[in-house]
Amino acid sequence: MSTNLLTLLPELVLTITGVLVMVLEPMIPAGQSRKPLGWLAILGALLSGAAAFYQLHIVNATGTQTGFYGSIQVDAFSIFFHLLIASVVLVTLLGSLDYFESPVTHAGEYFALGLFGATGMMFMTSSVELLMVFIGLEISSISTYILAGFRKGRATASESSIKYFLTGSFATAFFLYGIALCYGATGSTGIAAISAGLPAAMATKPLLAYLAVGMVVIGLGFKVSAAPFHVWTPDVYQGAPAPVVGMMSTAPKAAAFAVLLRFLFNGTPLLRDHWILLIEILAVASMCIGNLGALRQHDVKRLLAYSSIAHAGYLLVAFTGTQANAVSGAMFYTAAYAAMNVGAFLVLTQLSGFSERVRSLEDFTGIALKRPGLSALLGFFLLSLIGIPFTGGFFGKFYVFAGAVHNGHVTLAIIGLLNSGVACFYYLRLLAAMYSRPLTDSVSYVPARKVTVPAALALAATVLATLGLGVLPNKLVHLVERAVPVTATVTTPSVQ
Amino acid sequence: MNFDHSILTLILLTPLVGAAVLALLPEREDQKLHAMGALIVTLITFLLTLHLPWHYNYSAAPGSFQFEQNLNWIASPAIRYHLGVDGLSMWLIVLTGFLAPIGVLASWNTIQLRSKLFYSLFLLQQVAMLGVFVALDLFLYYGFWEMSLVPMTLLIATFGRTENRRRAAIKFFMYAFIPSAVLLVAMVWLYAKTETFDLPALHAMATSHDIVASPKALLLCSLAFLAAFAVKVPIFPLHGWLQEAVSETPTAAVMVLAGKLGLYSILRFSFGIFPEQSHAVAPLLIALGAIGIAYGSLVALIKTDLKKLAAFSTLAHVSFVVLGIFTFTVAGVDGGVFQILNESLVGAALFVLLGLLYERYGTYEIRDYGGLASRHPWMVTMFVITTLAAVGLPMLNGFVGEFLILSGAMQSAITHHVVWTVVATTGVIFGASYMLWMIQRVFYGSIGHRPGEVRGWDLSAREHLELWPFVALFLIMGVASSLWMKAIDGFGAPVAGYPTTTLSAVNTKEAR
Repeated sequence: MSTNLLTLLPELVLTITGVLVMVLEPMIPAGQSRKPLGWLAILGALLSGAAAFYQLHIVNATGTQTGFYGSIQVDAFSIFFHLLIASVVLVTLLGSLDYFESPVTHAGEYFALGLFGATGMMFMTSSVELLMVFIGLEISSISTYILAGFRKGRATASESSIKYFLTGSFATAFFLYGIALCYGATGSTGIAAISAGLPAAMATKPLLAYLAVGMVVIGLGFKVSAAPFHVWTPDVYQGAPAPVVGMMSTAPKAAAFAVLLRFLFNGTPLLRDHWILLIEILAVASMCIGNLGALRQHDVKRLLAYSSIAHAGYLLVAFTGTQANAVSGAMFYTAAYAAMNVGAFLVLTQLSGFSERVRSLEDFTGIALKRPGLSALLGFFLLSLIGIPFTGGFFGKFYVFAGAVHNGHVTLAIIGLLNSGVACFYYLRLLAAMYSRPLTDSVSYVPARKVTVPAALALAATVLATLGLGVLPNKLVHLVERAVPVTATVTTPSVQ
Repeated sequence: MNFDHSILTLILLTPLVGAAVLALLPEREDQKLHAMGALIVTLITFLLTLHLPWHYNYSAAPGSFQFEQNLNWIASPAIRYHLGVDGLSMWLIVLTGFLAPIGVLASWNTIQLRSKLFYSLFLLQQVAMLGVFVALDLFLYYGFWEMSLVPMTLLIATFGRTENRRRAAIKFFMYAFIPSAVLLVAMVWLYAKTETFDLPALHAMATSHDIVASPKALLLCSLAFLAAFAVKVPIFPLHGWLQEAVSETPTAAVMVLAGKLGLYSILRFSFGIFPEQSHAVAPLLIALGAIGIAYGSLVALIKTDLKKLAAFSTLAHVSFVVLGIFTFTVAGVDGGVFQILNESLVGAALFVLLGLLYERYGTYEIRDYGGLASRHPWMVTMFVITTLAAVGLPMLNGFVGEFLILSGAMQSAITHHVVWTVVATTGVIFGASYMLWMIQRVFYGSIGHRPGEVRGWDLSAREHLELWPFVALFLIMGVASSLWMKAIDGFGAPVAGYPTTTLSAVNTKEAR
């Protein structure tokens, strides 16, 4: 029971494959394609997904598994996020297999870092001990810092990486400070123990408890790029490689939201009335700043960065629902957002290639004439981001706002949905530009290369996921609803 | 073979599959492959929709639905795939089926480039509209409602006439989407109170006052519904998107741009779920309807661009329907529903004719035209017939609708109804003047400078094929309106007859 390796199975698979990729990399002579390493990484991601399924099987048979002295817990909730993260990484790796136009010598790192990042994110979602969460957060962050600056030698890439690193470290400092204050207030860093110690703490040192929760929320708020902690997002997304942005705007956010869900609903339900106010402020700020900011963008990646801030806001709205609604709504939304956003960035990857010369709205004007298929896909993902029915984005929004309305937050829902009305303007601007007649000869930048089989597979997966979540959301809703009780009850035996 | 239970799904699937097939067909220039495909698909769809009036049970109990299909879709929240048809929606479905092949014919020569995209979007638009008319689950309905925006927006953005097309497309989308977002909140709120999205269930709850909520909240909720629909109609003063959208949209799509979706939604959802609240706002709405008629007609009088003139004539015509249905009299509601059909047909015929003019002379400016009657005898005949139908000449369809609406408005118990009926009736006179004046300026007098430069031809066989069905329908609907009315009345009578007690209560409150 003490060290139950089963609880870390997907993470172990990913770590081993990642190390293997790193070890094999120097054996491939310089100048040769690193593609085999990519396939190895893809295999690793697949296996970790299979491992998560195996965990699901075990959990179904024998109930929640805990390991490492109760600091790691595998339940329906964490398995959901394991599967989500594994799929995001898998699809991203597939989509970026042919991303490197010439054999880049350090391409091996790319694949390995993707896997390491996923390890950290998965670790975050299965930890029920804040210090463990912190370790996972660091593993995932460090990998993504490096990935963000992967297009070496470009000023924007370095800017992206350094900005991400600086603000990210700043955020983790907040998070760590929050953990310390939690320990000070309740005498523990375990989520269950915090929940148990909170009544006493509230009686004697309420200010400390408030500060602790506030700091943790702020630290995670940075990671999910919720306003006002969003300032890094546009610059980082602009400079980072497109497939990496697809991944880092979804998987680490999903992990951070998982932690936030566990911490708020499982650890501090007592303070619900207080943190709900904080979350509401963050949500409204993120939605408004994200959408209004996006209105003025000309660079498509920056535009999608602001849209990502806004979507973090929508997701935060979910937290205002009742416990069951909030958790299931947020989980559904993360999955839907992951599908459509990864898909959108994969299309950008295909359209602009490694050099990323197709950047601004002007470059996209008339692109549908040259690449009709890819444009249709991007259009589909944009419609899903708007929240048009029969796409995943619509159901995501529906569940989130339904939860808020059920719990009486009608004003918040109206603000949110009006925001999604504003949002459709900039998505449509891009969409209308793509389908207009070209103004300049910029379309000639668009590489005419064919979409390769792995990339087509990745695109098909994201389209099917987005469409599937929009037409038949039942399957995921069932899975999500199974995960809900996990966050409702405190399960560590030491409390009882 | 009896396929009454799957006919509606079939009607929805045919254009959807058609759109998918068209999207997969290879595109070559100078080939009518996609147009042909779209024509076949739309004709099949039209034939399928004709199954409905053929097998409709005209003696069914009022308020009941036919050809129903009711399947589980999503368990939580309880969303069902519930389709059905009643006297209100049946003819609208047939109308949508009827207009589509004509739209394809009208685009036959005008859409040369990117015909694949055009016809795929056109068919998707048809799916969305048919979906709106058959959906009986509020959520499913909302899905189609929002979906109907997308192909239209892309059609405007891609195939718009001038450089202004992108602006018009985005304006159209934003105008419709933002109130729809509030509608979604209202829907979810309603679901929180009632635990159901099923329209018949909601209707039953509303009539027996089972929705537990404060009157103020219900009123706000009903206004959220009404506002979303009113923008789509558009009801004066929410018509800001109409002019630009109409003047940019290609002929095939402009025929279905305004009117019936929004009006149908008001009748089905505002009246169905919020009968009392709809009665409460009726005085305001008949006022807006009457103002819309007069305003639309007056603005149409001074427009110098044919498409913009048509846009404001559309506003005037849909305002007529608004006036009719909010009188809550049998004549008004029946006439209103009938007038939706008329308005769509007359509007469609007018847009087709304007498209033909534009195809020949490349301008919509009235002052560029003149004296065309001698050159295009057939076209002028069609124009005049359409105009007479639009202005409500007896024996043609417009008369039946307008007469019913005005007499309904006169009988109505809504406050100030007499004043607004008078205003609306003067609107009819203005309506006749702008249409007839337009005919005079375009077709009579001396030859204008544009026809002087370009030689146009009279109607071709294909164009005859586009226009004769309209002419036939104008006449049949004018003299044998009971063919349509017997189904419509099954819807209109219970809506109008609903709460006489509440109605008088509302009015006494108003009077006080």
